[in-house]
Amino acid sequence: MSEVTGLLREPWEHFERQRGAGKFGIWVFLASEMLFFGALILTYAVCLIEHMDAFAAAGRETNIWYGTSNTAILLTSSLTMAVASQAAAAGQHLRRLVVACLTLTVALGLAFLVVKGFEYKEDLDKHLWPGAQFALHEPGAQLFYGLYWLITGVHAIHLTIGIALVGRLALLGHLKKLQLDENPEIEVTALYWHLVDIIWIFLYPLIYLPGRVS
Amino acid sequence: MTDALLAGDLPLPSRPNYLQHGTSVISWLTTTDHKRIAILYAITITIFFFLGGAAITAVRLELFVPNGGLFTSDTYNKLFSFHGIVMVWFFLVPSIPNTLGNFLLPLMIGAPDVAFPRLNLTSWYLTIAGGAFTVYALVAGGVDTGWTFYTPYSTMFSNTHVFAAAAGVFVAGFASIATGVNFIATTHMLRAPGMTWFRLPLFVWAIYATSIVMVLATPVLAISLMLVMAERWLGLPIFDPAHGGDPILFQHLFWFYSHPAVYIMVLPAMGVVSEIIPCFARRRIFGYDFMVYAMIAIAGIGFFVWGHHMFVSGQSPYASLIFSFLSFIIAVPSAIKVFNWTASLYRGQITFEAPMLYALGFVGLFTTGGLSGLFLASIPVDIHVTDTYFVVAHFHYIMVGGSVSAFFGGLHFWWPKITGKLYSEWWAKFAAILMYFGFNMTFFPQFVAGYLGMPRRYHTYPPEFQVYNVMSSAGAAVLAAAYLLPLGYLAYSLFYGARAGNNPWKATGLEWTTSSPPPPKNFDRQPRVNRGPYDYHAEGQSAGTDVPELQNAREVR
Repeated sequence: MSEVTGLLREPWEHFERQRGAGKFGIWVFLASEMLFFGALILTYAVCLIEHMDAFAAAGRETNIWYGTSNTAILLTSSLTMAVASQAAAAGQHLRRLVVACLTLTVALGLAFLVVKGFEYKEDLDKHLWPGAQFALHEPGAQLFYGLYWLITGVHAIHLTIGIALVGRLALLGHLKKLQLDENPEIEVTALYWHLVDIIWIFLYPLIYLPGRVS
Repeated sequence: MTDALLAGDLPLPSRPNYLQHGTSVISWLTTTDHKRIAILYAITITIFFFLGGAAITAVRLELFVPNGGLFTSDTYNKLFSFHGIVMVWFFLVPSIPNTLGNFLLPLMIGAPDVAFPRLNLTSWYLTIAGGAFTVYALVAGGVDTGWTFYTPYSTMFSNTHVFAAAAGVFVAGFASIATGVNFIATTHMLRAPGMTWFRLPLFVWAIYATSIVMVLATPVLAISLMLVMAERWLGLPIFDPAHGGDPILFQHLFWFYSHPAVYIMVLPAMGVVSEIIPCFARRRIFGYDFMVYAMIAIAGIGFFVWGHHMFVSGQSPYASLIFSFLSFIIAVPSAIKVFNWTASLYRGQITFEAPMLYALGFVGLFTTGGLSGLFLASIPVDIHVTDTYFVVAHFHYIMVGGSVSAFFGGLHFWWPKITGKLYSEWWAKFAAILMYFGFNMTFFPQFVAGYLGMPRRYHTYPPEFQVYNVMSSAGAAVLAAAYLLPLGYLAYSLFYGARAGNNPWKATGLEWTTSSPPPPKNFDRQPRVNRGPYDYHAEGQSAGTDVPELQNAREVR
């Protein structure tokens, strides 16, 4: 316990309590995030029920290969994030392992964004941005793509924030400017990262699977 | 409530209080002290309160005569929209939680600060950023959608600065969420030894319940506004009926936040009043447990009544039936609270200091507002009065008569603790009474005008409604004077007020055991708590049974 005194912050007297509060606080925030994405998914659900056929047709236009690879990439990043979090919490001076796993997590997060970028490019080439030039003619298909751009965009913003947070930990840890051992920031960041990941697990079937089940 | 060292006047080395602890502007703008952040918020919301007030003063001037020629319809629409947006999101929502709550929550639970002090400061900067967007929207030419941003008008037809105004509210929403997370974690993790859940002051319970609503409802508002912004800015047609979109869906999302937001505004007010009434009646609060459960019930049921805003919007009649039923149900915990405040007064030794006048005003006005809410929960009556001044009067009774009165009550009650100074009691009582009468003069006529059919949001009206509008506008002038008065005598007290002492009201809360103004870390020694928050004498007992330091409180005062 003597090593954690450097991590103690105002207004806490005991490190255990501070760590508990950090975890508790991020869980409360994640509850808020669930309502945030919940409202988007509700909007999607209402539009889906009102336009079943259009959503099926629009869903078939998405590129399932990009989506599936991204799902695999993001799930792997959760693994590396979890390893980093556990290794730091173990308090066994596993700094190199923690930094390596954090860096891998950042790399996988960036890979997700790159794949997403190619997918966005293809979608724009296929005129899937709602407007006068829109490629599909079913009424309601524009709704699907309106929500597609919004939900994936909001998710990408969340992921970018996550990449910045994890990247900061990796960089400061690498430069030895931040103690990684038993640092609660890592677990808190990991919880946020997993949330962004879990949300994608819900988005994947909503975006890529409509119209693909016979 | 704490050990002798804290309660008594044993000599302690003199140390700077939180106001003297760094005096430069930078020290204030970078502070993480919850008390200083509370002051920053107080200054911010005061500015917004008078901005919103100025807008509505112009509206009331216009309504003096049936075909008032001061403004065009467009300008009129922008004025009441600005009033609503500013008053709801930049005054009422942050008012009690972020000023009194920020200041008092750690003091009341015996903590040195909130759980995440830097997040607390961030939340203030987010409020400022959001406010800047919204004020920009006003300066750039205004917004005319009303505070509700209803689609498809806000997305497809309005040619005003909807985007900037919505972005401002969106950003301020994050401030709300950050505050909520912070307060929930503080209440859970930073209570002093012995401060069990059922020894928490009701104000802390109120802030806790409010924070839950903030954390769970605000993200839905963020999404509803984000969808409006996306439709305006990116052309994504979520609510556009031409592409199969559903404008009613916006109303569901909006009211899913905005009805619970009513409880964000009124729950903290209930907490304030629950502190003031026991103190000036020298009585324990009646039914503490029920007060707690009632607040939790209000926060919980508040999430399931939003549809009563949509009885005429085309929602399913079965949904309306359920929403109507739940809206009646939520009146029950509110009624329990009114009953308990009244019962706390029974056989008390009541004195009428200014905070008590505000608190009693709250009980009366909140009851009137709540009972008129039952009219609106009833579908047949609601259909008759939808979008009339009856609705305007109802929610002003709750939000202005209720929340603003309680805010002023709390401000006067804790002013000696916050500043260490006493204000002029005579002027404060005068302002409290003036506020009560000014308020009723302004808004009671609106119940009548609304019931007779005068619609809200119109800047002209048939001449037969003029008598009510003249009464209302005259009352608004009185009310404006009553709101300006405290600026004068409270500011005066800062410079010339008598020193307050630690506990001028002989109240029993933990916050009164530290010095006034408190030191930067609130308590010189970690408080230990061994009794509940309302240790006034029980019914049938005399003041002599109070704890020693409160005995003969009346003679001392």
